[in-house]
Amino acid sequence: MDMQVAKKKLGLKERYAVMTRGLDWTPSYQKMEDIYPYIAYEGIKIHDWDKWEDPFRLTMDAYWKYQAEKERKLYAIIDAFNQNNGHLNVTDARYINTIKLFISGISPLEYVAHRGFAHAGRAFPGPGPRVACLMQSLDEIRHAQTQVHSISNYNKYYNGMHDFHQAHDRVWFLSVPKSFFDDAITAGPFEFMVSIGFSFEYVLTNLLFVPFVSGAAYNGDMGTMTFGFSAQSDEARHMTLGLEVIKFILEQDPANVPIVQRWIDKWTWRGYRVLTLVAMMMDYMLPKRTMSWKEAWEVYFEENGGALFKDLARYGIKMPKCAEQIALEKDHLSHQAWSTFYNYAAAANFHTWMPDEDEMAWLAAKYPASFDKHYRPRYEFWREQAAKGNRFYNKTLPMLCQTCQIPMIFTEPGDATKICYREVDYKGDKYHFCSDHCKEIFEHEPEKYVQAWLPVHQIYQGNCFPEGTDPTVEGFDPLAAVLEYYKLEHGRDNLDFDVSEDKKNFAEWRGQATKNI
Amino acid sequence: MSVAALKAYDFPAADTQDKFHGAQLLYIGWEDHLLFCAPFAFPFPPTMRFGDVVAGPMQAAFGYHPDYAQIDWAKAEWFKSGKPFAPDFDKSLAENGLRHKDVIRFRTPGLTGIKGSCS
Repeated sequence: MDMQVAKKKLGLKERYAVMTRGLDWTPSYQKMEDIYPYIAYEGIKIHDWDKWEDPFRLTMDAYWKYQAEKERKLYAIIDAFNQNNGHLNVTDARYINTIKLFISGISPLEYVAHRGFAHAGRAFPGPGPRVACLMQSLDEIRHAQTQVHSISNYNKYYNGMHDFHQAHDRVWFLSVPKSFFDDAITAGPFEFMVSIGFSFEYVLTNLLFVPFVSGAAYNGDMGTMTFGFSAQSDEARHMTLGLEVIKFILEQDPANVPIVQRWIDKWTWRGYRVLTLVAMMMDYMLPKRTMSWKEAWEVYFEENGGALFKDLARYGIKMPKCAEQIALEKDHLSHQAWSTFYNYAAAANFHTWMPDEDEMAWLAAKYPASFDKHYRPRYEFWREQAAKGNRFYNKTLPMLCQTCQIPMIFTEPGDATKICYREVDYKGDKYHFCSDHCKEIFEHEPEKYVQAWLPVHQIYQGNCFPEGTDPTVEGFDPLAAVLEYYKLEHGRDNLDFDVSEDKKNFAEWRGQATKNI
Repeated sequence: MSVAALKAYDFPAADTQDKFHGAQLLYIGWEDHLLFCAPFAFPFPPTMRFGDVVAGPMQAAFGYHPDYAQIDWAKAEWFKSGKPFAPDFDKSLAENGLRHKDVIRFRTPGLTGIKGSCS
């Protein structure tokens, strides 16, 4: 009798080979360049796609199983958090504005990243990077969904989050993260991988997710914290993919080095400008601070990033030159950003406030070279005026940078008393920039950036009013019409925290939960 | 340099003057007064008198600052694209040589913001 021998199971390596490279084939009746039209025009030369190393060797079947398990745990915790009124355990209701910033500024980017990685994956002829991009694409849409689900509980109780996706597309300051990602997904697949995969996910990610997640942990927001931990294993995979992409491209051809260097220079700066929002969140919006923006930059960029670029030196890649200017700005960035949102509190989807005495002391201790000299007098004046019922709401629209789309709030490197103005003449029009780096990015691809959808200019062109609005009627109030277009309710979603419904409700609900009233 | 693209890449600029319904953009910044976080952007008809810009929209935009009421306009120093500029208050923006998306700044000697902090 023949013995039944159990069929030998595939080993991990063989299984990976079958499930990725084994799925690829060489076309016989279509030309490669017709199937992969985007692969050559950026100037990157790839000679051997099989040199791609797959750091994780994750296959699709394992991916589904693993992610499903993680999400079951995440949703169990979110349910527990919601059922126990976890929102009332946060340090203080000001914290919730951090969540508003996250859901309208960051979560929509996860969704765009999903699209971007799907597109890049489709564009690459190599099966290794294609599968890696597919998984990251799925991660990103899962992150968008789990963030929306984690945060939706806050939306039941607090203002400003009701239409976060529309806010992302329309509200003036959200054009900063939106245009950053639009710039990346409209680039070629290699630039996309360097911009998002490497510069954003590898170099800057610790300055984006760690502050939000540890901020949530420090401030009693278990829902958001759990989401962050759940995403952590994916983020580790994204970082590894980002680094692998860079090394692969650089090893393929020496002619790739200057192109990649330019992209790293550009995207480190673009990403850093978006992090302006995180800087002010860390220094102003977390009632219980984790660390200052300056400390975070020093640890995560100057130390960790410094080591990374030392490692990349053997490929001929240098530290981006913008790092010098960023070092000069680190004493000022968060204060200039918070001042901006204090100015334009009537047009934002979250509340702002002046720091109290203890918080000013914290800021002065963290920023001894800048806070008392440049920012404290401004804040004290605003606080006095607010106490007299004359809270400052800036109602005139600001001048924006053509590239990063941030109002021209940044001061000259090395002189915090002078706004930094840069300009370029191009095809008969003037274009203005907040910095040498934003100017250089424009000068390299002016045809792209002249199309920028700058919110201030769009408002003045009449494109940001609800359909059917007639701006020529007597008594037309442009700010009211713009808020309506943003779907923000004046007096509810905007203005100072002190007069907000959020503040009042939180105090009342927490009182009910902790006292016998 | 120009953008890398698969085919001809030619799209209209978003902010040319023809899109502003007869107005042109003018950016105005007040030196040493960073209480206003950034320079302002205004849409003005090119025929608007420079003095009317100062008395109307600039008063509305900058008037919150206690220094604004103390400005001696005869002593103010003006800059256009960073270079000295001498506007004639009685002439129009166009007659003063101001074109779409020009940026002007003014310095008010002796006035340096809240407690001299340039705020």
